Amino acid sequence: MIELRHLTKLYGDTVAVDDLSIQVPDGEFLVLLGGSGCGKTTTLKMVNRLIEPSGGSVWIDGRDSAELVPFELRRKIGYTFQQVGLFPHMTVAENIAVTPTLLGWSPRKIQNRVSELLELVGLDSRELRERNPTQLSGGQQQRIGVARALAAKPRVMLLDEPFGALDPLTRQRLQKFLARLRHELSLTIVFVTHDIAEALKLADRIAIMQKGTLRQIGTPAALMLDPADDYVRQLLDAPRQEAQLVETLVTGNSSSSENIERDK
Amino acid sequence: MKEQLALLPSYLTSHVQLTLLALLCSTAVSLPLGLVVTRVKWLERPVLALAAIIQTVPSLALLAIMVPLLATFNFQSIGFLPAFIGLTLYGILPILRNTVTGIANVDPALLDAAKAVGMTPSQQLYRVELPIAMPVIIAGLRTATAWTVGVATLSTPVGATSLGNYIFSGLQTRNHTSVLIGCVAAAILALVLDGLVRGLEISVRKRQLRQFFGLIAALGTLYLYLGFNLATTVFLPSIRPVTIGAKGFTEQYILAEILGQWIENETGRPSTQMQSLGSMVAFDALVAGDVDAYVDYTGTLWSNVMGRPTVGGNRTNVLAEVRTFLASQHGIQIAATLGFENAYAVAARAPDAETLGLTKISDLIPLGNTLSMGGDFEFFSRPEWRSIQDIYGLTFQEQRTMDAALMYQAAASGAVDLISAYTTDGRISAYNLRVLEDDRFAIPPYDAVILVSEQAMRRWPDVFEAISALNGTIDVEAMREMNLAVDEEGIAPERVAASYLAKLRTSQSPDITELNKPPPSPAR
Ligand SMILES: Nc1ncnc2c1ncn2[C@@H]1O[C@H](COP(=O)(O)OP(=O)(O)OP(=O)(O)O)[C@@H](O)[C@H]1O
Ligand SMILES: [Mg+2]
Repeated sequence: MIELRHLTKLYGDTVAVDDLSIQVPDGEFLVLLGGSGCGKTTTLKMVNRLIEPSGGSVWIDGRDSAELVPFELRRKIGYTFQQVGLFPHMTVAENIAVTPTLLGWSPRKIQNRVSELLELVGLDSRELRERNPTQLSGGQQQRIGVARALAAKPRVMLLDEPFGALDPLTRQRLQKFLARLRHELSLTIVFVTHDIAEALKLADRIAIMQKGTLRQIGTPAALMLDPADDYVRQLLDAPRQEAQLVETLVTGNSSSSENIERDK
Repeated sequence: MKEQLALLPSYLTSHVQLTLLALLCSTAVSLPLGLVVTRVKWLERPVLALAAIIQTVPSLALLAIMVPLLATFNFQSIGFLPAFIGLTLYGILPILRNTVTGIANVDPALLDAAKAVGMTPSQQLYRVELPIAMPVIIAGLRTATAWTVGVATLSTPVGATSLGNYIFSGLQTRNHTSVLIGCVAAAILALVLDGLVRGLEISVRKRQLRQFFGLIAALGTLYLYLGFNLATTVFLPSIRPVTIGAKGFTEQYILAEILGQWIENETGRPSTQMQSLGSMVAFDALVAGDVDAYVDYTGTLWSNVMGRPTVGGNRTNVLAEVRTFLASQHGIQIAATLGFENAYAVAARAPDAETLGLTKISDLIPLGNTLSMGGDFEFFSRPEWRSIQDIYGLTFQEQRTMDAALMYQAAASGAVDLISAYTTDGRISAYNLRVLEDDRFAIPPYDAVILVSEQAMRRWPDVFEAISALNGTIDVEAMREMNLAVDEEGIAPERVAASYLAKLRTSQSPDITELNKPPPSPAR
């Protein structure tokens, strides 16, 4: 159980996160949704103490995280960064193995785990494991980032736009993979995105943020049926509008090509 | 060439010893310091500024400053220690600066990642920050290596043997081969050490463990050997040979050779030299017991050691006063007076002197300020020059500072009318110059005397006796000839010394006691 209690973060005069209170029960998949700069990353980083809050607190399994040893706390939480953050001086395999190594797993167990994870995220283990992260595509790097976060079999995952750099098909595949994985491992997940369709697909509950505050929290269906305000309504309506736009473009395109035919 | 190359093992060993030990120390100081500075931010500016200030001190001065500094704290002030400390200080900045820059430039996102995967602060340092900063830090280490090898050649004047011995003595005695050997050897050494550091870096980066441990083992062995070498010289000083000092000019190299060869021949004791010492360094080394004997000049001792005013005086009286002073204040004995003076003098072209009727300095007074005067690097700032100007009331149209080796040519070719000369310089006659007599005694007498330290006298009475036998054996003509042989004919000082000693023995051996009579005491 993760509890955010009146969590606040100030950068000088900027309020990045403003009095945020959310409870994430064990096994829940919570999506933090909101526009750019609304404080999603800041919130996520305060959960595993990469950022110390200016006010409020984070409670994990009934304990104030401020009283836990930071590195011990973090070893139990898988984290992926928006900018991936793979270590450039380590190979792909070493990157994935980093937390298990810190935990003192046996080399054999680590190697098996690395192969397993590479397969899980759909990458060719033999081809990639000895490569340098700089020799990977953006999407490949993101998947290694997810594999690294999963490596030490955490019960809690904090994922900051983990599929942002992926093509739609791979993204869909990984979304399915994550949806399956969370049930298999009964993971508690806080997932940040500004892709509304992704949020609707994956989330048990969605927390919608704006300018550091919580606008509304609830299941996707509840939000769709009963949006609290105009912002939420417009936000959730965005995918549908996009689909319509695509529709009109497709029909419009075919007519314009006919026009071109006629002009000739 | 062969004679020079024979010196290579000892010069090179000392040079490598200085360089590697200093580098080890620079690294041991600056790497942790750099890490501290990146954690304690407010320290960064003052620490880097301090290191930069040290760096702006000219390297020769930095080494030279260590001598009096160490002396005030009663440490060994001559030889290994001052050079080692100076070099260590010199190597700090590049490593420190690159450590700070390297760590500071680690992407903050990677630090976040290091925390997020569960690293402790020290794991973040060893597993992320240091490896990522390593290429930059290694670049600093390589800069420091190149600098230290180069600057180590300047440890010769503070009494530490190095490849600089080739360069300093070669420049003074115009032995270009010697200079070249020194430079080439230093360059090769720099390349080899650089290759070693780079090899280490590559083997770490590519994780070639065998190569890495091979290089580490090689370095370790080298350090062990050098450390052992150093320890024996520090802790077993009794097996030390008789150490003869020499300041950095031709005459001194020759006289040190004469002393060394004479002692070896008469007593059978091995001797060694500490060459190219700074003028005061030589004396301090004698006082400290790092040098056992060397030749100095009464006028120098008179003004520099005794702090007396620089004016002419009676040659015998000055000698007597210097002798008493040294014995009572420092326990140093004047074992012999060689029999010649090497004073500063004013010299003019002989034909000009002829036509203008110049024989003494006071003859210059009527000429007013129409003449130009050339002097070596220190002459115009020396008290002798002030004394000449004051006592004779001379002013010159122009004063030009030039290299001593070029000065004589400048006078001969008419580029200047007068030059400051040393009375024993063979080039005075070779370039057809004439020394003007110091008729108003503006310049103190500069009798060449052999000084022996108190410790040496007690340890080797036979050496003292042998040195005493050299009393009055070299007159000004003989010294000029020897200087000329080295300066103009390019003969090695040791050969010149050997042939002089051979001549001395054949001419005087029937009655060696003849030599022991007091030196001719010219009235002044
Ligand atoms: N270190 C910082 N110093 C000052 N302001 C910051 C800092 N980090 C974030 N902010 C500000 O805090 C606010 C929230 O930032 P945050 O990174 O949490 O946004 P986000 O919701 O993750 O946005 P995005 O979707 O673009 O990643 C922004 O206005 C940002 O400019
Ligand atoms: Mg963000």
